[in-house]
Amino acid sequence: MSIDLPLVWAGVLGFGIIMYVILDGFSLGIGILFPWIIEKAHRDIMMNSIAPIWDGNETWLVFGSVTLYTAFPHAYSMLLPRLYMPIMIMVCALIFRGVAFEFRFKANTSKWLWDAAFAGGSLIATCCQGLILGAFVHGNLVSDTSGVQHYVWFSGFSVMTGIALIAGYALLGATWLIIKTEDSLQKEMFNVAKILLILVVFFIGVVSLWTPLIDVRTQVRWFSLPNFFYLLPLPLSTLAVVVGASYSLQKRYEILPFVCTVLLFLFSYLGLCVTSWPYIVPHTLSIWQAAASTKSLSFALIGTALLLPVLIGYSIYAYTVFRGKVKADHGYHH
Amino acid sequence: MLNVDPVFLSRMQFGLTVAFHILFPTFNIGLGCFIALMEACWLRTQKPVYLTICKFWMRIFALTFGMGVVSGIVLSYEIGANFGPFMDSIGNVLGPLLNLEVLSAFFLEAGFLGIMLFGWKRVSPRMHFTATCLVAVGTVISAFWIMSANSWMQVPAGFHIQDNIVYVDSWVQAVLNPMLFPRFFHMILASLIATVFVLAGIASFYLIKQRHGELARTCLAFSVVIAAILLPAQLIVGDVLGLSVYHHQPLKTAAIEGLWETQKGAPLVLFGVPDVSAAKNHWEIKLPKLASLINTHQWDGELQGLMSTTRDNWPVVAAVFFGFRIMVGIGLLLMLLAFYGAWLLWRGRLYAHRPIQYALVWTSPLAFVATLAGWVTSESGRQPWVVYNLLRTNEMVSDLSGQQVLISFSLFLCIYLTIFCFYLYYLVKFVRRGPVHLEEPPMTVAYLANPNQKEPV
Repeated sequence: MSIDLPLVWAGVLGFGIIMYVILDGFSLGIGILFPWIIEKAHRDIMMNSIAPIWDGNETWLVFGSVTLYTAFPHAYSMLLPRLYMPIMIMVCALIFRGVAFEFRFKANTSKWLWDAAFAGGSLIATCCQGLILGAFVHGNLVSDTSGVQHYVWFSGFSVMTGIALIAGYALLGATWLIIKTEDSLQKEMFNVAKILLILVVFFIGVVSLWTPLIDVRTQVRWFSLPNFFYLLPLPLSTLAVVVGASYSLQKRYEILPFVCTVLLFLFSYLGLCVTSWPYIVPHTLSIWQAAASTKSLSFALIGTALLLPVLIGYSIYAYTVFRGKVKADHGYHH
Repeated sequence: MLNVDPVFLSRMQFGLTVAFHILFPTFNIGLGCFIALMEACWLRTQKPVYLTICKFWMRIFALTFGMGVVSGIVLSYEIGANFGPFMDSIGNVLGPLLNLEVLSAFFLEAGFLGIMLFGWKRVSPRMHFTATCLVAVGTVISAFWIMSANSWMQVPAGFHIQDNIVYVDSWVQAVLNPMLFPRFFHMILASLIATVFVLAGIASFYLIKQRHGELARTCLAFSVVIAAILLPAQLIVGDVLGLSVYHHQPLKTAAIEGLWETQKGAPLVLFGVPDVSAAKNHWEIKLPKLASLINTHQWDGELQGLMSTTRDNWPVVAAVFFGFRIMVGIGLLLMLLAFYGAWLLWRGRLYAHRPIQYALVWTSPLAFVATLAGWVTSESGRQPWVVYNLLRTNEMVSDLSGQQVLISFSLFLCIYLTIFCFYLYYLVKFVRRGPVHLEEPPMTVAYLANPNQKEPV
């Protein structure tokens, strides 16, 4: 029995990416929401809701890039230089977001600086991730003309996906805070989430309509028969989740809004996977063309198969240790 | 459009970002081990000073860990963005190593860090101690995989190359490559030594100011004893590493020794100024035969000189020459200080001896300087190769515009300078304030009834 190693690794990579998007999505989302929350105590609670877990969340970002590298080194080395500026700006923004956690709580008169660093860093990092996503889906990173085009990643489509991701992460952050907070802050988050849900639905619609317009191949994939009927469950499920999310916010369920938002992300993500399949560099390099040697894929897969379940296990444990509402004295305090 | 060379800038940028990053894991490896040791002492003896030490150093650990994480994320993307062809060539080797590092080390540290810092009241003491140990273990495992990857770049093993792509033949040979163990232990010892001197410096500061006496005396005693043991050990490991470098990278040895002509019984150049264009050293102070003795363990061992090959194969001679001397010079100085301190401790005079306490305060960051100097020796000495004798650095840089790399390089320079200043500022501020408000709140009925109230001043 021979395993299609590139296919398995595409699954591992896909898993890693969606884990990052959800986990750091709500962490970055909280930063994006910062400017709208003025009360100092509320901001402290917001940060304390993720202080014990942000590190683990951000580690999935490294997992994503390293898994892409391990499994598809030719795609990695093709994509990263062509996405140079958004990547560099993203890591710089993440520097500010990361140090803000520790510096903010040690600051007195300079606290405003780290509030700005946390909010600004989160916003810019999110926008860059959206730009990278858009550039990836757009599929024009590798052109036939000679030489590398350095600024191809910047287009109307990728700017749109940048803004879309900001709304999406903000919604993840708001619904996460609904779970972790109470009283006035939670009430505020319910209101914010309702507005953000409308924005996110709008952007899902725009992406769904715009993506097929970019490339004929995408149109064919989604709208030709019998594909249309096989793929129909995806947009239908998304619609159902939107209704569910709206209902759960109306009825003030605590956990359901976050679950629905995660599902929205999952279905949108699956849609993008359907669009990109089987390319790891659309439309140039397939997963089989970009893959590492069989010996390397097998060696790494053994380690991954052993360690990934273990780390998921103790990560879940870490989350359960910090379950429950965030109190004012939890997390950082001096 | 500025006409700046993206190859040169990419290399400068990587040098800057990796040098910045290495400071923080270096500190964290030592701190993690020390904190685990202190928590073990606390669990064993229940003396409150040990718990205070734990909580005090954990704050510094957290501050440092954050810096390490953000600068590490930079590296994981930069290496692909700026050195795409390099990553492409050795993907089959480097990918699985980095993959294992992320899975076995990064997630371990990050996963249990939250419990270590914030979980005191949420888990049992035993579970908390486990978390602390796992964080420390995570930092060491991380060092292992990185040293394996970096050592493979120095002495590639267990592979064959075809059409510029490396394929692994033996994972055992590739991972446990010839230089791994000396370099791994050298790095771990460097981390432990750098940390204990910061410990000793801060402890001495408190003794001079006559504050937090018990904590200061405990930390100082542990520090000088550990330093007095580890520094001679580091000397031995360094010697073993030197023999390995001589065997596998003779041109690096030549640059270290400032040796231009191949010769037997080569002299040790204690000080000099290497002149690359003239291929000689100015203002040399030499000791006969010692370079051969140190590098080959024979008085008349033959050392290869730089002139035995063409200039395009030479490492960055000045960086290697001076980097090595700075590292060893600081190491010897710190060793003497450690021995003196240990002797004073044995005589019961350490805590009152102001001169050594001032010396320890002033020398506390020096071991970090030595660590950086050692890395400069190692990596600049590996040039012009990115994988020794296999792939040249200049050919492995991504096709980027000079403008792009200039922007990113400037960004990193400004941002790193800024946050490093803030890091030091908050660190000093925290140390000056001292270990207050860290003790456990009293287990009074009032507190237990209302655990959300602020801790008493």
